[in-house]
Amino acid sequence: MKALTWHGRHDVRVERVPDPEIVNPRDAILKVTSTAICGSDLHLYDGYIPTLRAGDVLGHEFMGEVVEVGSKSTLKKGQRVVVPFTIACGDCFFCKKTQFSACDNGNPAETSDASETMMGHPMGAAFGYAHLTGGYAGGQSEYVRVPFSDVGPIVIPDGMDDDKVLFLSDILPTGWMAAENADIEEGDTVAVWGCGPVGLFAIQSAFKLGAHRVIAIDHYPRRLALAKQMGADILDYREVEVLEALKEMTGGIGPDAVIDCVGMESHGMAIDNIADTVKAHLYLGTERPHALRQAIIACRKGGRVSMPGVYGGFADKFPLGQFMEKGLTLKTGQTHVQRYTKKLLGLIQEGEIDTTFMISHREPLSRAAELYQKWHDEQDTYTKIVLKPGMDQTASTSATTRVAEPA
Amino acid sequence: MAHHKNEHDAVTDEVTRLNERAVRDAEDHGPARDNRRRVGQVDESDRVRIQDDDEGHGQRGGNRTLIGLGLGLATAGAAAFFFARAKAEDQGRGGPKISDAPDHVLRGQALKNSRNQEDGRALVGRTVTVGKPASELYQVWRSFERFPEFMDNVREIRKLDDKRSEWLIEAPGGATVKVLTRIVEEVPGKTIAWVSEPDSQIETEGRVEFADAPPGRGTYVRLLIRYTPPAGTLGRMVAKVMQREPQVQARRDLRRFKQLMETGEVPVNASPSARKSESPTEARI
Repeated sequence: MKALTWHGRHDVRVERVPDPEIVNPRDAILKVTSTAICGSDLHLYDGYIPTLRAGDVLGHEFMGEVVEVGSKSTLKKGQRVVVPFTIACGDCFFCKKTQFSACDNGNPAETSDASETMMGHPMGAAFGYAHLTGGYAGGQSEYVRVPFSDVGPIVIPDGMDDDKVLFLSDILPTGWMAAENADIEEGDTVAVWGCGPVGLFAIQSAFKLGAHRVIAIDHYPRRLALAKQMGADILDYREVEVLEALKEMTGGIGPDAVIDCVGMESHGMAIDNIADTVKAHLYLGTERPHALRQAIIACRKGGRVSMPGVYGGFADKFPLGQFMEKGLTLKTGQTHVQRYTKKLLGLIQEGEIDTTFMISHREPLSRAAELYQKWHDEQDTYTKIVLKPGMDQTASTSATTRVAEPA
Repeated sequence: MAHHKNEHDAVTDEVTRLNERAVRDAEDHGPARDNRRRVGQVDESDRVRIQDDDEGHGQRGGNRTLIGLGLGLATAGAAAFFFARAKAEDQGRGGPKISDAPDHVLRGQALKNSRNQEDGRALVGRTVTVGKPASELYQVWRSFERFPEFMDNVREIRKLDDKRSEWLIEAPGGATVKVLTRIVEEVPGKTIAWVSEPDSQIETEGRVEFADAPPGRGTYVRLLIRYTPPAGTLGRMVAKVMQREPQVQARRDLRRFKQLMETGEVPVNASPSARKSESPTEARI
């Protein structure tokens, strides 16, 4: 089959690899119909995540049709399912607490050691990510093996478009959990750093969870325009002093909750970020947490910090004293996708959540390598890319024209 | 495009600023040299400049040596101080241990004391929580035959009688080693302990303990293994492989046991990759 494979920093290729097979009783095999490139795939593309191996198949946002099932799978051939990026067993202590991304059994024994050493505990498993998280092949491919298929995949009712439900695999629940972690109260102003797909869903979710006002921060005009379309007030950090702006816009109090949807590769030329970038390129550090630092300084006293952005290791210049003196609360973590899929599918069906507005490109899988580069280099134009393995090369459509110009 | 340009501009500005500062710093050293050159012979300016440069380097070099020496001494002093402190910490108070922790997490003098009582043999151990009742887990462990399902290097277990069994253990190069074990202690639902019989190629001793976890959380399962230097070339090879990281072995075997008991299968990342040497049905690391 065809699959998108990683070979090194800024080197991904579409090539032929063997088809997956059923290995365990609870497995299923899907024929992938839609798969997206995620912002966190860029961390892999940029070489920020250790323990990826040349030849690994990437992709953790995907859905498809069940074509084969193991003896203990509860799925049936022909069903259309969306698969959570977190591989969770449903049986362990963590899964029973619905902390699915912390599942103790998904990560095989052989790949658990490294993360146990790094993090103190073995991490949960995910599709198409580093071997720290299990080393399972991802779904940017024609077929994929899904372990614990009786727990993760959610069956999609007939007649619902792939585009409407695909993001149940990661970014929609991630944006939702980000807003939930902000513990939003009546009258709250929520500030969101990063208007990528997760940020945009966090904005939408924050309003759904009762935010009075959302202020979004980015520097790409088109992404800010999408945030505005979702009802947020917007700040281009190249244009305004973000800290002063947030204070002024909240009567001096500051945002009640701040959400860092940026993660380990902050943009911008702030002096701390330049130092972090140099360190990252010299392999002296992994994090560029400029956005998080700014969010903590911006947050009101006694406020909440929600951190869906991905980080991988040790950060320095962390405003620890500011965090303590202001009495902030931090909530974070990989998304417990399985906890949210059913509820969010309901909201999509009711038309309460718009999931397609950010898709700028729908392309065949064969163009994936080139699209990784576009996703990396042209973030203003490429706001979300969906790959369709079944799509003929000539039939690709670009939806850029439908995106509103910045206000 | 405009944004990229901005970023580059900002970098250029910063670099220019730093360069300017470097130039200013260099100029600060300049005047003395220039004055001296003025009183020296103008027509031999080249030679004089070379001399002056040498002198400048010599002076700065001397300062650097002093600073280097000072820093070195300070570092060595600090290191000596902290190593001494760390060593004192490892020595402990002496006397019997007071911590409520198992022996396989001991360190420093307390570890030495414990090993002296155990003929110097290394003890490795690991505890996991398994979300099943102790009685059920005990049954699986007591039957021994299911070990190959979760113990990586155990190929087969043959039961000889109720207490004794023969283990086929994988050795490097595809060979196998036989180990005869005998159960020396069993408390239903709580403990199973075994030792290798004298004529085994590896001398090993193991113990598994089951204790109730807090309500609703299942069972704490603790695996303890003790190894002693083996006899024979093959035995040495196996022991080398197993002893190098017996801790890793215990950790992985127990994790697989937990996975098998809780999910009914041992998760494996077997899946397609572009690496020719791999099969999509076999585990990879």
